[in-house]
Amino acid sequence: MDAVSQLQRQFVEHATSLYREGYLDDQFTQLLKLQDESNPDFVVEVVSLFFEDSEKLLNNLATALQQESIDYKQVDAHVHQFKGSSSSIGAQRVKNVCVVFRNYCDEKNLDGCLVCLEQAKNEYLLVRNKLEALFNLEQQILQAGGSVPMMA
Amino acid sequence: MDCICFEPQWPADELLMKYQYISDFFIALAYFSIPLELIYFVKKSAVFPYRWVLVQFGAFIVLCGATHLINLWTFDVYTPTVAIVMTTAKVLTAAVSCATALMLVHIIPDLLSVKTRELFLKNKAAELDREMGIIRTQEETGRHVRMLTHEIRSTLNRHTILKTTLVELGRTLGLEECALWMPTRSGLELQLSYTLHQQNPVGFTVPIQSPVINQVFSTDRAVKISPNSPVARLRPASGKFILGEVVAVRVPLLHLNNFQIYDWPELSTKRYALMVLMLPSDSARQWHVHELELVEVVADQVAVALSHAAILEESMRARDLLMEQNVALDHARREAETAVRARNSFLAVMNHEMRTPMHSIIALSSLLQETDLTPEQRLMVETILKSSNLLATLINGVLDLSRLEDGSLELDSATFNLHFLFKEVLNLIKPVASVKRLYVTSSLSSDLPEYAVGDEKRLMQIILNIVGNAVKFTNEGSISISAIIAKPDSLRDPRAPDFFPLPGDNNFYMRVQVKDTGIGISQQDTPKLFTKFAESQSTASRNPSGSGLGLAICKRFVNLMEGNIWIESEGVGKGSTAIFYVKLEYPARLNESRLPHMRLQPKLGQTSFPGVKVLVVDDNGVSRTATRGLLVHLGCDVTVVSSGEECLQVITKDHKVVIMDVSLPGTESYNAARLVHDRFPKRHEKPLIITLTSNTDRSAKENLLRVGVDAVVVKPVSVEKMRTALSELLEHKKDVQ
Repeated sequence: MDAVSQLQRQFVEHATSLYREGYLDDQFTQLLKLQDESNPDFVVEVVSLFFEDSEKLLNNLATALQQESIDYKQVDAHVHQFKGSSSSIGAQRVKNVCVVFRNYCDEKNLDGCLVCLEQAKNEYLLVRNKLEALFNLEQQILQAGGSVPMMA
Repeated sequence: MDCICFEPQWPADELLMKYQYISDFFIALAYFSIPLELIYFVKKSAVFPYRWVLVQFGAFIVLCGATHLINLWTFDVYTPTVAIVMTTAKVLTAAVSCATALMLVHIIPDLLSVKTRELFLKNKAAELDREMGIIRTQEETGRHVRMLTHEIRSTLNRHTILKTTLVELGRTLGLEECALWMPTRSGLELQLSYTLHQQNPVGFTVPIQSPVINQVFSTDRAVKISPNSPVARLRPASGKFILGEVVAVRVPLLHLNNFQIYDWPELSTKRYALMVLMLPSDSARQWHVHELELVEVVADQVAVALSHAAILEESMRARDLLMEQNVALDHARREAETAVRARNSFLAVMNHEMRTPMHSIIALSSLLQETDLTPEQRLMVETILKSSNLLATLINGVLDLSRLEDGSLELDSATFNLHFLFKEVLNLIKPVASVKRLYVTSSLSSDLPEYAVGDEKRLMQIILNIVGNAVKFTNEGSISISAIIAKPDSLRDPRAPDFFPLPGDNNFYMRVQVKDTGIGISQQDTPKLFTKFAESQSTASRNPSGSGLGLAICKRFVNLMEGNIWIESEGVGKGSTAIFYVKLEYPARLNESRLPHMRLQPKLGQTSFPGVKVLVVDDNGVSRTATRGLLVHLGCDVTVVSSGEECLQVITKDHKVVIMDVSLPGTESYNAARLVHDRFPKRHEKPLIITLTSNTDRSAKENLLRVGVDAVVVKPVSVEKMRTALSELLEHKKDVQ
């Protein structure tokens, strides 16, 4: 019993901190709501999709910004996609970076864009780690036979 | 002259002599008879003023007669002419005398009676003159009185009345001085209040208990008093010899409620003022009766006028007082309202402020409980938890109750699942009950509807409170909860005679009974159960009875739901039964869109839109998946495509809804929307188009709507948003069809 409760406690703490620190926002909660008996792995699915998508997009962005003549429209399109995915997931900080990124794109500001790319990558990695940790905890709890604490 | 015996010498002489004799005789006779007649008649009449003349006249006639009589004996021989003249004269004289004497007999009585009449008429005339004089003076008096009264009554100001009275009286009666003495507050003295000629009377006072004053006060007539009495000593001593006569009259000072007609003013008042009137000195004037009458009448009128003035003053004062009070009350009311508003806003703030830390304490204490603790620590944490739960309940209770008190609490009204409510109560209670090893059973009657319309949260509160109490106060045995629809005849419970439930067409009364085998309640405590903060006096109860607010709040809520609640117990140790009725409504119609709002914990998998075919168009994989998940959650049959082209390829008329993300590149979304619109010209085949956009721009929204989009939903999309949008559109479409 203790182990489970410990894990649960850790889970709650972790989850709370994610919200508190702005990594996740309400949209993530919405996703959680959509998970039920008929759709048990929904969140994991969506999140995995996000990870794949994001990595692809980040690579594309890196390539696009390394070109000699940069096609800002293309860059903007990618960022737009990235923004879309991150806001669907509720990855708030990533989304915010994308907004700034788009502004630089409009201004055709290469330096700004590069800085933003770095930031976006960092934020993405952070949120990925945190989400993975969260899912790990979830797995552990389930394996230990406990139930995953629900968000109030 | 010879004596009669001799024969006359010549016959002519004889004749003449005979005639002379006869004439003289008759003259004498006449002369004698006239005074006799006079005397006779005058004696008969009462009125004859000149008696002495009569005597003179009588004497004169008698002497004349005597002369003529004596002439009978003196006989001279005269020449025949003289003799003839004398004879003729004597004969004539005799004739006239006799005629006069005879006529006098007739005339004298007439003359006398004329005199009598004349006297009589004179008397009458004098009398009439007198009477006319009286009438005239009376009329004048009346005129004066009317004028005075008019003057007095034309004003309602006390001072004006009194001043006018004095002035007018002074003028009418030509007074030297006129004064009014009013009784002082103590009633022991009369104070000089108004005078005619002295502008500011120095406050002379005269004790009331003096014989003169008593005399005046004891009658309602004007009384003549001595000019030397203290009330009349007003005139400067200026060496006048004869002080004018003084009259005093009482003026009753009536109280407002003294207008009893039959004994006015004798019995109904004891306070009088004194009016003193002085005629001018050194004049021969005296107080006439009509003047006194005038004074009396005026005094009465003054009394009436003064009382009118007093009434008016009183009512003005009362009105002013009322106005003041009104203002004060208004002010107080506004203050009270402000106070209430302040309190409410304070409560609202405190509500939030107090609950937040409370919940943190509770949450963290619970979490702490889950960690490794030494037994002492565990005990401490448990105590903390218990206390904070108690405090939280108390805070909630107080805040709720205060809102209940001012009636500002309004029940919510929404459709909810009744069966589910009871299930939840059971779930919440089961842990505690199982710890205490109590059996909990619940039975809901079959005619109890699954859904009802009412205030779910508060109903839950009531049931929880009652059941919680049951569990708290039961140490062994069982708790049974039953709920039925109350039958009309069973609604009138003999134990609650004041309760008159009236179920209507749409309403029903639910009767809930919670029976426990707990410690019971003594008879003396039963009435106090629902009184807030009233603690049980019974020493048998070892458990502290909560905050004392729970049942009070329950009762309030139950009353708000037009129901009734009471607890019965056969006695201490014999368990207790709580019964309550509440009024609920049948849900109007089972509308899909009005199905209850879902709570997070128990996932019921509500399907709002079973089988509705939806097509999702989104080029972003993550977002596509998220939206898909959302719609699946709502029960829709979802197809996903990633571009406008694909959408047009895949769409069929079975798709009821197309959900398109506007962030499709370029104008793809507009085109797609338009093309879909055109593809299905027939209204009933046309799918509903919902676009998801992150753009809150109004013009963008309008553009979309113009193209044929049915609804625009702003991202981020929540379950609720989607549900609302879908339900509204589908409803509308249904109605239109």
